[in-house]
Amino acid sequence: MSEESRVQTIDFSAAGIRRGFIEGTPIALGVGGYGIVFGVLASQAGLTTTEAVLMSATVLAGAAQLIAIELWAPSMPVFAIVVTVFVVNLRYLLMGAALRPWFRQLSPLQRYGSAFFVADENWALTMGKLTSGSRRGAYLLGSGFAIWLFWILATVVGAIAGGRIGVPAQYGLDFVLAGVFIAIAYGLWDGRSSVAPWSSALVTALVTAQVVPGRWYILLGGVAGGFVEAFRFGD
Amino acid sequence: MVIDFGLDPVVVGIILAMSLATYATKAGGLWLLGHIDVSPRLESALKILPGAIIVSIVGPELANGGPAEWSAAAVVLIAMRWTENVLVALLAGVATVLLLRALL
Repeated sequence: MSEESRVQTIDFSAAGIRRGFIEGTPIALGVGGYGIVFGVLASQAGLTTTEAVLMSATVLAGAAQLIAIELWAPSMPVFAIVVTVFVVNLRYLLMGAALRPWFRQLSPLQRYGSAFFVADENWALTMGKLTSGSRRGAYLLGSGFAIWLFWILATVVGAIAGGRIGVPAQYGLDFVLAGVFIAIAYGLWDGRSSVAPWSSALVTALVTAQVVPGRWYILLGGVAGGFVEAFRFGD
Repeated sequence: MVIDFGLDPVVVGIILAMSLATYATKAGGLWLLGHIDVSPRLESALKILPGAIIVSIVGPELANGGPAEWSAAAVVLIAMRWTENVLVALLAGVATVLLLRALL
């Protein structure tokens, strides 16, 4: 508690929203690249433009949405999709917890309204501001709104473009989903500390893909990586 | 313009379930974690999950592929290293896949 009492007081103002929006726009443009890819892949997977946009507008989590598209199938493995989305998003718990010392000063509406707009990029931006003494409590909302806006626009562009493209394999589009995951993995790679959890995830996924029906190997591999990381921690 | 405005109730249901699951994690950290302590060990495990899940998607997919897909995967990594731009990296990867599938 003594830690939290030393935190600066923050406000929640229109100026804070505006500043967050302006400074969040460059990163929102970068996120838009993934949004276009998501839109194309969502339409290839059979989602209509409206459905793809609805997903981007209400879920607002890039990796989770792409993973849902990866799992999307005519049989609709609803449970697998929702559980995997939840697990891949568990890191948001930590990000929310990191905001708590400041955000506990805000009203519940401001706090939990802002929470919807948390994405990896604007969270990092906001944490940088808050830890260096900024009083703008609405910065997260402003920067998150910029990301939300560009994410939706990019999804529209991608979904319309994707609807005009025919047989996926003919254009190498079947590789795009694997490619975008490889690109994301590149960004998540954290050097030597990633080796043990990632290779246990990989081996678990490869083995269970052979023996467990459906796509559960994805979740099993991920959870195995988490356990190995917890076990390895501190070594 | 080909814009499909359709909405399938099942799809809408899945999307809403996904959004609830996601919002629970985003708001949950602000709410729940004020009341319980997260050990650094658990924190480290939660942080590794996205990478571990993505590796679990890509690994079996590449194992089912061939030299064209493997080379394209390498090209995506190299392009990311050079440009840090996902669209450029994907275009390079797709071009590699198409070229090698035509040649091999």
